[in-house]
Amino acid sequence: MNEKNHYIQGKTGPWEVVIGLEVHAQITSKVKLFSGASAAFGGDPNTQVSFIDAGFPGMLPVINRFCVEQAIKTGLGLNAQINKTSIFDRKNYFYADLPQGYQISQFLCPIIGKGYLDIELEDGTVRRINITRLHLEQDAGKSIHDQHPSKSYIDFNRAGVALMEIVSEPDIRSIEEAQAYIKKLRGLLRYLGTCDGNMEQGSLRADINISLRRPGADFGTRAEIKNVNSVRFMGQAINYEIQRQMDILENGGQVDQETRLFDAAKGITRSMRSKEDAHDYRYFPDPDLPPLVLTDEEIEHIRVTLPELPDAKKTRFINDYNLSPYDAGVLSSELETVTYFETALESLKHQNEKSIKLLANWMIGELFAALNKDSLSIEESKVSPQLLADLINFIYDETISGRLAKDIFAEMWETGEKPDKIINAKGLVQVSDEDTIAAAVDKILSENQDKVSEYLSGKDKLLGFFVGQVMKMMQGKGNPAVINKILLKKLKS
Amino acid sequence: MTKLTELTLCEARDGLVKKQFSAKELTQTHLQKMEETRSLNAYITETPEVALKMAAASDEKLAKNEELRPLEGLPIGIKDLFCTKNIRTTAASKILDGYKPLYESTVTQNLWDAGAVLLGKLNLDEFAMGSSNLTSAYGPVVSPWKIKGDNRQFVPGGSSGGSVAAVAVGSALATTGTDTGGSIRQPAAFSGIVGLKPTYGRCSRYGIVAFASSLDQAGPLTKDVRDAALMLKIMAGYDPKDATSVNIPVPDYEKMLSGNIKNLKVGIPKEYRVEGLNPEIENLWSQGIEWLKNAGAEIQEISLPHTKYALPTYYILAPAEASSNLARYDGVRFGLRTSGKTLDELYELTRAEGFGREVKRRIMIGTYVLSAGYYDAYYLKAQKIRRLIRQDFEEAFKKVDVILTPTTPTAAFAIGEEPKDPVTMYMNDVLTVPANLAGIPGISIPASFTEEGLPLGLQILGPTFEEARILNVGYVLEQAAQFKEKALKLRTSI
Amino acid sequence: MTIDIKTVHKISRLARIKIEEESLESLKTDLNHILGWVEQLSEVNTSNIQPLYSMALDNMPRREDQITDGNYPEAILANAPEAEFGMFVVPKVVE
Repeated sequence: MNEKNHYIQGKTGPWEVVIGLEVHAQITSKVKLFSGASAAFGGDPNTQVSFIDAGFPGMLPVINRFCVEQAIKTGLGLNAQINKTSIFDRKNYFYADLPQGYQISQFLCPIIGKGYLDIELEDGTVRRINITRLHLEQDAGKSIHDQHPSKSYIDFNRAGVALMEIVSEPDIRSIEEAQAYIKKLRGLLRYLGTCDGNMEQGSLRADINISLRRPGADFGTRAEIKNVNSVRFMGQAINYEIQRQMDILENGGQVDQETRLFDAAKGITRSMRSKEDAHDYRYFPDPDLPPLVLTDEEIEHIRVTLPELPDAKKTRFINDYNLSPYDAGVLSSELETVTYFETALESLKHQNEKSIKLLANWMIGELFAALNKDSLSIEESKVSPQLLADLINFIYDETISGRLAKDIFAEMWETGEKPDKIINAKGLVQVSDEDTIAAAVDKILSENQDKVSEYLSGKDKLLGFFVGQVMKMMQGKGNPAVINKILLKKLKS
Repeated sequence: MTKLTELTLCEARDGLVKKQFSAKELTQTHLQKMEETRSLNAYITETPEVALKMAAASDEKLAKNEELRPLEGLPIGIKDLFCTKNIRTTAASKILDGYKPLYESTVTQNLWDAGAVLLGKLNLDEFAMGSSNLTSAYGPVVSPWKIKGDNRQFVPGGSSGGSVAAVAVGSALATTGTDTGGSIRQPAAFSGIVGLKPTYGRCSRYGIVAFASSLDQAGPLTKDVRDAALMLKIMAGYDPKDATSVNIPVPDYEKMLSGNIKNLKVGIPKEYRVEGLNPEIENLWSQGIEWLKNAGAEIQEISLPHTKYALPTYYILAPAEASSNLARYDGVRFGLRTSGKTLDELYELTRAEGFGREVKRRIMIGTYVLSAGYYDAYYLKAQKIRRLIRQDFEEAFKKVDVILTPTTPTAAFAIGEEPKDPVTMYMNDVLTVPANLAGIPGISIPASFTEEGLPLGLQILGPTFEEARILNVGYVLEQAAQFKEKALKLRTSI
Repeated sequence: MTIDIKTVHKISRLARIKIEEESLESLKTDLNHILGWVEQLSEVNTSNIQPLYSMALDNMPRREDQITDGNYPEAILANAPEAEFGMFVVPKVVE
């Protein structure tokens, strides 16, 4: 693995930024981690709250088996150690959105141990980011502070929702790496179906631990930036922090070990008003919960039912379909894209390299462009994979020209019509008949005698002009290859 | 005819079946007794309307000769630590002022499903922390027991003080309690009734205000052993809502009272002969040994080497768990709220006003022993010693079938004469606490009196899930001790 | 291990219980007394002993991923000292 250095030049010398990410991923369960209340997004305040979630007297937690399974699945996807015995601990602190006065989490013995995630950078290098651990924990409720001058409002809908906290080693060395990591991780979680990765809705959030040091020196003091909920904000926050910390250090100061918030409106981070003693969480094993014990059988069962993971799929696309690493990467990174691609592939008449390459190009090109323009996700595509495959088949067979295919696609997108219908209705079938084309060529050549002379005296570029004119005359339906062939033949004679 | 409030639970059950009286009459006499004995302050909340409604429903079933449920029409009291739906639940604390749960605890639901009638919620030490019932925000409970010629009031014991006083005086046929360090057995011994703490995990903790989660266990307080067997059968059972609840069948404890303990091996732990053990209690212990020998049991001395560390271990673990369990009492969602300018001020003032002195003390100790730098030395250490204490019992039970000890080191003390020093007060639990740490079941049987006439109890401990065995041994002791007649005289005199 | 007034303050802060000045000294005495008494546990050799995490069960039971609870906001708010717009009200928190 390449160890590229991303040193930042300061006034007093080079700095290396050291980043570790703690990602909180909400599990795709229907109900919460320790209660039977719904975990769905939204909902009127306090409607998705059981007495257990609201911390009423005498209430007790019982763990959701689905959440345990998703943690195991994610651990396997991260090539991580699965800890067969893990313990739930209470993390004790007081806050309005924490009804029990403690969060049920895992401290010393988490369910998942060490693993890794390989990330691809722009220049093609691959870096391995090590994962320290993954544990299960409860989410807190929501406090609304900005509706009233002197009151805060508390909604416990989110309290008790299942989270996986995925902690990376401080292996990340640049903004690019941080963003690549979060995108890769999000893609993996969506692939596995263990988290929907929706950062706007808060189902995936990152805490950034960031410090600066001189290259080769020990780690510096780190600041923690909490709850960053977009890849873009992550870049902004890290950027701001690097500047802020560098200013302090270059002026001989010390960076405070503290928790900060990212202010998206201003693009800055600022210190949270927390007291010094806020960090004594007094962790101890939750006496309401016996240890969580996993069997070899259940781990194995989950392992064999895992989907083919993105990295493996990408390799297979490269090897089996001879796609470029870039194309393979794009097509394998999101589960929904893979599904579309593989469904379309099944409908291709010719399952060969040329046909598949056409499909890949059209997806990455026309399809993605159309989706972006209309702000749709691939599952919402107005052209289904089967219909796209139909179109590819027509292109491959030379029934239509590549150029016209773009127009046909646009019409398919607008009207939802099948390609063959559009082709027949508009009479767009590509003409490859040599006699028809010869007639058109003859006409164009006879109308452009002067240009023919120029061509014959050396202006080779004029061939393009002739092709264009023939095509225009044939209303775009001429088979370009055949036009070319006949033109050359006639010009040479 | 015997007054209805003098009947045992089983006698009342039989009386109803035989139609000697109605459920309404049974409940009414108890409601009246509650009124007459209000000065004892056993009840925090009386529920006469609910009681009569429930009794009426039972009478209907009786009239139609429908199949009767095991506790049909039998009026009982519930320690005010169990959440009862729509009925004020206080945990004897100001911090739960006005709190009405909208859910029912599993144990009490079991009792209502069995047809029992709710007379009211019984007084206790605040949040079950205490051995005297002197720390209740609703005032102390006065023991119905007195010394002749002496007008001092005595404590009933705690924390289930109200529960035992009601049974002793006859203002409930039976009651429920909870036992974390001895809070069923100790007051049962002080007040001359039977109290049973089941194995940890036998009864569900769902809906019981939590004090120390790994120690708390619900259990019955009754006039005799047969009643305890009946109550336990209904209270016990697996609950999927409690992850520490054990899924094994509940035997018919009542049917298993054979009275036969021939060749049963009874262990006498030498370390329980604690310093300052009252000579009267020594005698009682010897008497208990005789009774069991006469019934055919084999007595042998055993050792539980870590006994002396049990109390200090308990006073690290219980406060630690309590400090976390009581964090939810913060003025935000229910109970008392003392307003503050900031959220933290709201917390600090609410909890300062809402918690009593003993509760505050224990929360502080618990917070300290869990805090950074002290966790290993205190909490972790105590958890390890707890394992040693449990191992002591496991080893002992390889040699003997049950263990016999006195329940308490002394008889009840007078209100106003309680030890002012917390550690001395904690000593009340020295003989009961080890069973909670080990998770094993224990029963206290009223056995004798001090010279002055205050009750004394004997304790039987057994291996996990051997409630039937300890009930049976208790049954034998009860027959031998003949305490009931003396206790009955008390119920008639008040 | 004896604790001083400063530590009593710190603990009361962690526990969010305001202790009045007059009570601090006696609370300190009580706490030190209790802590002094539990000190005896250090006599016990526990070098090869595992802490006891769970009393009754070796393995936690698991529930199904089905909606069986919630959807009773009135009940959740019924005992609230202060509530508005279906939410609990507390003094404003500034972060």
